[in-house]
Amino acid sequence: MSPLSRREFVAAGVAAGAGLVVGFYLPHGERASKKAFSPNAYLRITPDNKITIVVARSEMGQGVRTALPMILAEELEADWKQIEIEQAGASTLYGDQTTGGSASVRTTWDPMRKAGAAAREMLISAAALTWGVPRSSCAAQEGGILHGASKRRLTYGELAARASTLPIPTDVPLKQSKDYKIVGQRLPRVDTPGKVKGEAVFGIDFHMPGMKYAVLSRCPTIGGKVASFDDRESKKIAGVSFVGKIGDAAVAVVAHSVWGAMEGRRLLNVSWDDGPNKNLNTAAVMQSLKQAASKKGASLYSAGDVAKATGRRISAEYQLPFMAHAPMEPGNCTAHYSGTTCELWAPTQVPQDCRDSVAQAVGLDPDQVKVNVTLMGGGFGRRLEHDYAVEAALVSKAINSPVKVIWTREDDMRFSTYRPASLHQLSAVVDGAGWPVAFTHRIIAPSISGQKGFPVPGGVDPDLPDEAAFVYGPPNVLIESVIAETAVPLGWMRSVYALQVGFASESFIDELAAAAGKDPLEYRLHMLAKDQDIQYFTTTWHTARMRGVLQLAADKAGWKNFLPAGRFRGIACFGCFSSYMAEVVEISMENDTPRVHRVVAAVDCGQVVNPSIVEQQIPGGVIYGLSNALRARITIEKGRVVQGNFDDYAPLRMEEAPVVEVYAVPSAEAPTGIGEPSVPPLAPALCNAIYAATRKRIRALPILS
Amino acid sequence: MADFTLRVNGSEKKVSVPPETPLLWVLRDTLALTGTKFGCGAGLCGACTVHVEGSAIRSCSTPVAQVAGKTIVTIEGLGANGLHALQQAWIAEEVPQCGYCQTGQIMTAAALLAKTPTPNDEQITQAMNGNLCRCGTYERIRKAIHRAAGAGAVATEGAR
Repeated sequence: MSPLSRREFVAAGVAAGAGLVVGFYLPHGERASKKAFSPNAYLRITPDNKITIVVARSEMGQGVRTALPMILAEELEADWKQIEIEQAGASTLYGDQTTGGSASVRTTWDPMRKAGAAAREMLISAAALTWGVPRSSCAAQEGGILHGASKRRLTYGELAARASTLPIPTDVPLKQSKDYKIVGQRLPRVDTPGKVKGEAVFGIDFHMPGMKYAVLSRCPTIGGKVASFDDRESKKIAGVSFVGKIGDAAVAVVAHSVWGAMEGRRLLNVSWDDGPNKNLNTAAVMQSLKQAASKKGASLYSAGDVAKATGRRISAEYQLPFMAHAPMEPGNCTAHYSGTTCELWAPTQVPQDCRDSVAQAVGLDPDQVKVNVTLMGGGFGRRLEHDYAVEAALVSKAINSPVKVIWTREDDMRFSTYRPASLHQLSAVVDGAGWPVAFTHRIIAPSISGQKGFPVPGGVDPDLPDEAAFVYGPPNVLIESVIAETAVPLGWMRSVYALQVGFASESFIDELAAAAGKDPLEYRLHMLAKDQDIQYFTTTWHTARMRGVLQLAADKAGWKNFLPAGRFRGIACFGCFSSYMAEVVEISMENDTPRVHRVVAAVDCGQVVNPSIVEQQIPGGVIYGLSNALRARITIEKGRVVQGNFDDYAPLRMEEAPVVEVYAVPSAEAPTGIGEPSVPPLAPALCNAIYAATRKRIRALPILS
Repeated sequence: MADFTLRVNGSEKKVSVPPETPLLWVLRDTLALTGTKFGCGAGLCGACTVHVEGSAIRSCSTPVAQVAGKTIVTIEGLGANGLHALQQAWIAEEVPQCGYCQTGQIMTAAALLAKTPTPNDEQITQAMNGNLCRCGTYERIRKAIHRAAGAGAVATEGAR
């Protein structure tokens, strides 16, 4: 990221129409420690009293186009009705724009607040100078500055020109949460009307004159290549204008309609060189995890000495399959390569990666690539990859025309990057009363980052620390990671490793409670009874906050109340992305199949920016988690992904959807993640309910296998 | 290639496309009606739902030749005067997250209400079960349908 130069700042101001543009150096998350400052340019106020807030994260359903501007508008003392939203494309102005890790609110909370507060202070100064009165006699209120004594008021638009001449304050006062007027309110999402009218433009909806359409035939065998292809039949399809290799492993068919391209691909005859994985299957992958389990692990967290603990030992192994994100909008991207530039319209969680990868692929500099970020029909981590963007750019270059690459559902399912399959070895030493004195969890899984060539410092996948915390306080704890290798392409899928870790850990805690003959809630509360701060890499977890969500979920679910005959409950809690989450799942069993009736979810995610959005995200994660738990499994045979569409990879439908209740712990702490934390507790809470119903312990997902 | 006259959202459109082309792609690519979405291409997810002669159909699996001359309504034509009661209810209940499947959900729900003005939960589940939502908005969809039913959604069915 190049720092924002004065020249760029001025240019931005001019481009904005001589108004007030606030863009200045602010620390930006972890990168700040290495690069000192990242630039921010989130706000534009023009003399016509238009206030535009720029959203530098991608909207994939999680509400960032509403939540992030609310944070800035709060400090600005803006009138929310006046705010217009602008989506940033890939830029050097906003630091890392990756939308993932439930991080959008938690990492922009400070920059957005400071951007709003600095503007507010400058507008106050501008008004004071205009009226020739002391600053202290002026107050910001609902999009204007008020001089109380004389009852004069100037709008932000009227003050924009003057404010833009003032120095930008570096140290600005931030509001107290008790004074919030916008943050914490149930403001309707700005993107809802367009989405119900069919006017919202997702990536797949983008259109430009002269645009062609492409679908690609990709080698179905992992790691295989194109040997040769015969396009004679394809070219008989009306409108097919190009058939050609894209990279080593794909052939693109371009036509003047999507259907033409699909038909052209159907008739394309490709001979594949299957490569080294032609005998790979799922059983071999699971076997390789078992073999890797004998390797020495890297410590994620250690307290006391688990080897020295004495008592009764209880052990269990858990395992999980590969899973696919399967967002509703299949992969797509539009690219227009012109020789010296390449412009993209991309539904992406990583606009900057798209820019950089496309630049490399087509032989341009990154600043010759412009990335426009469209709405996304779901992301769930699939759009943290930039494969669609690179394909679109390469096809556009090959045909010298703008082109939209579209993936079919089968393409999405078979050429995804999958949640890693994993194996979990858990063991505990319990005392005479059944309480744990030692707890060990060995997480055996391939590394997503490692497979992609990113650093894996100390043998720990960089995502694990945020997703494998053990927020309980037995005296001896050892959490270890063992990295296994796999050829199956891996990706970050909603809640990433927290799903696997949470399932294994919270199911095993239930086993311990059952072995001790104790109530699963009481067992957990006992393990959380002592207030402890647990330092886990850069995050400090508090047993008190976990206890809080556990008790809240249990109370709201009526844990102590009798259930009607045939109804059973399970409970689980887990912390990830710095948030605390507990869920109580209520089920009945119908022909050995669980039917989930009700899920009570309690979250502590610090300050809630918009309760309505939290109440969307938590049930969303619960339903996603339930889909994962019941049926999600990607299998490999002869090096190829077996599943292809929503029949053999079947997400939850309305008939299986439970009622989900959401309760948030009131908090003025800095906000933490909300998009993912509700996913991990669902599977263990459900399996614990199944145990309560059947005395059968489920140690492998999916449940309906 | 073959020429077809389609009656979409109350107006006649002439298109020249291969007869087996799914209606979905004619709507999206030829007529620029992109509110109808591509999700699975196999009638499994309902994102492509439109009305043909008042019934909800999967446009991804319906060849255009089958619907020539018939009355087609897409999400863009659902509300005769402004928003359909279901669209209003969808806004009131804040149903959409990513929103991609929601136009198909609304079209399926509109066909339901046209035949069953005040559906019960079971009727809603039966009608809506073919429409997938990966954001998990099912509970709000149910509430929005009840809300619209209470507001008399059937009377506002749109332009023909």
